[in-house]
Amino acid sequence: MANVLVFAETRGTALRKTALEAVTAARAFADATGGGEVHALVAGPSGVGAAASQLGQYGADVVLVAENPALEKFDRESIAATVAARAQSGNYRAIMLGFSAQGRDVGPRVAAKLDLPIVTDVTDIQASGDAIVVKHPGYANKVIATLQISGPSAVIAIRPSAVTAAPSAKAGKVETISLAAEPSASKVVVKEVIEGGKGKIDLGEAPVIVSGGRGLKAPENFKLVEDLAAAFGNAAVGATRAVTDDGWRPHSDQIGQTGRQVSPQLYVAVGISGAIQHLAGMRSSKTIVAINKDKEAPIFKVADYGIVGDVMEILPALTAAVKEAKAHH
Amino acid sequence: MKIAVCIKRTPDSESRFKIAASQTAIDEAGLKFDIDDFASYAVEVALQLNEKQGPGETVVYAVGPDPVQETLRKAMSMGADRAVQLKTDATPYDGMAVAKALAAELKSGGYDLVLFGKHAFDTSGGIVGTATAELLGIPCVTAATKLEIANGRGTARRELEGAAETVEFPLPAAVTIDEGIARPRYPSLKGIMAAKKKPLETKPAQLGAARVTVKSMDLPPERPAGRIIGEGVAAVPELVRLLQTEAKVL
Repeated sequence: MANVLVFAETRGTALRKTALEAVTAARAFADATGGGEVHALVAGPSGVGAAASQLGQYGADVVLVAENPALEKFDRESIAATVAARAQSGNYRAIMLGFSAQGRDVGPRVAAKLDLPIVTDVTDIQASGDAIVVKHPGYANKVIATLQISGPSAVIAIRPSAVTAAPSAKAGKVETISLAAEPSASKVVVKEVIEGGKGKIDLGEAPVIVSGGRGLKAPENFKLVEDLAAAFGNAAVGATRAVTDDGWRPHSDQIGQTGRQVSPQLYVAVGISGAIQHLAGMRSSKTIVAINKDKEAPIFKVADYGIVGDVMEILPALTAAVKEAKAHH
Repeated sequence: MKIAVCIKRTPDSESRFKIAASQTAIDEAGLKFDIDDFASYAVEVALQLNEKQGPGETVVYAVGPDPVQETLRKAMSMGADRAVQLKTDATPYDGMAVAKALAAELKSGGYDLVLFGKHAFDTSGGIVGTATAELLGIPCVTAATKLEIANGRGTARRELEGAAETVEFPLPAAVTIDEGIARPRYPSLKGIMAAKKKPLETKPAQLGAARVTVKSMDLPPERPAGRIIGEGVAAVPELVRLLQTEAKVL
C-alpha cells in the first residue's frame, strides 16, 4: 500500500487545474498499488482552505491546508520547505505535483532537500514491482523516454493537461498545518505579478488554440486570429517563433520546441508553414486544422483538416461560421 | 562578477531522430551536436553582465564525456574565460545526479551568480539548475526572461501561465534562463583562435548512484496522413461540419 503526497497548486485562493490533475494521477497510482491514501497539501492565503476542500472529490483522502497571509503571492521557498517537511514526516511512496511555473520551482527543491530522485514533465505513471516507471517526452516531444526510478520515494512532476482531472470521491478530510518556514525568511521575493489580460486562457490549459504565423503578413492581422479564438470562447492565441522573434507577439505566446509545448483538443494553425521547430510544439494536439495558401506547406502533412487559400478571406468566414455553430448549440 | 554557467551539449534540434539498437538511447550517427539553445542564452547573459559591469570572470561547466570539451570551447570562443569538464562515461539522464556533481564542484568556487538554461533539449527536465541551487543553499529563480543585477541584488522576470512575475533576490544566486532574454553571439574568428589557448580543466564527476535510468526510448506514434478538405472560403462549411460531427470539438 502506497500513500502519495500531492502539492496542489493554487493562485490566490483558487486551485489551479494542474492541482486537480495531480490529485487525479495520485489517486490512480495509489489505487493501482494497493489503495493507499492521497494527501493533498495546499498552501495559500487566508481562505484557500475553502477551495482546497473540493480536492476530496478528485480522490484526496486528506487535504492539508496551510493558510498564511504572506502567501497572497507565490512563495517558492516556504512552500518547498513545507512540502519537504510533510514528505519527511510521512511514509510517502511518491510526491506528485504539476510541472508548471510553480512546479518547476518547487519539485527540484523538494527532491534536493530530501535527496530523492526526481522526474519531471511526465505523461504517464505506473508501478512496476519495486520501481516506478514513467513516460517522459524528450527531444522536444520527438522521442518518448520510459524512465525507471529506483528507491523508496520519488518526486514526480506531471505535464499539465497530460492527465484529465476526473472525479473519484474520497473523504477529503481537511487538516490545518503550519508552514515549515516563514515566508518572511525567503530570499526570492515576488515584487509584482503582471496579469496577462482579463479572462485570458493560458496556452497550457486551453482546450482550443488558434495560432498565427508569418502568413498573416502583419502584426495587426492577428486581430483575425483573436476574433476566431473569441468565437470559440474557450481558446487561447499562440504564435510561431518567426512571429515572436519579430516582436509581433510576446515570446510567452510562442508554440514550438523552444516555446510552449501544447496538446489541446483543437489546434488551428493559420498562415503557418509548419517548420519542424513549430511542429514539435503542437503535433500531439488531438485535432489539427491548417489554413495556408501554399498547398505544399508541411503543416498539411499533420493537419486532420486543411484548407488551401488566403487566410485573410477564410478567417472572417470561419469566425462567422463558428459563431453561428456555437449559437445553435 | 564571478559567474559560472553550466552548459550542455545536445543534438541539433531540427534533426530527425532514430532510436539506437540498444532501444535506450537515440542513434547519434550523423547528428550534429552543439551547445544547447538555452545554455547558449545563459552564456550570452553572463558575458553581457560582465561586459556591462566591468572586470569579472565567466567560467563554463559541463558534465559529460569528452565530446563536451568541444562545447566548452565553443562557449570560450563566445567569450567565456575558462572551462571545467566534469567527466562521465555517458551523458546522465538523472538530473539530481548531475546537480550533485555540479554542486560538489561549485561549492568552493566563490561565484556571485550561477546560470543554467531553463532546461536542455534532450532530457527536457528543468531539474539541474534548481536542484543545484538548493544543494548549494543559494536562492534560485527559474525560467527568467529578464535579469538585472545591481548592488549585490538581482531582479528577474518569469513567465507564469497567463501572467508574469517580477522577483528580487540577493546574491549569490542561481538563475535558469528562458528564451527571449538575449540573442547569443556568434563566435568571431578572433574568439575562436583565443578559445584554443584558454584553460580547460577535466575532473571526474561526483555523480553518485543513478536512480533514474532509461528503460526504453521510442518515437512517438505517427499522426495519420494529413488531409486537405478544400480550397478557399467555399471549404469553410465542410470544415465546420467535420469539427462538429467527426472531431466533435465544436
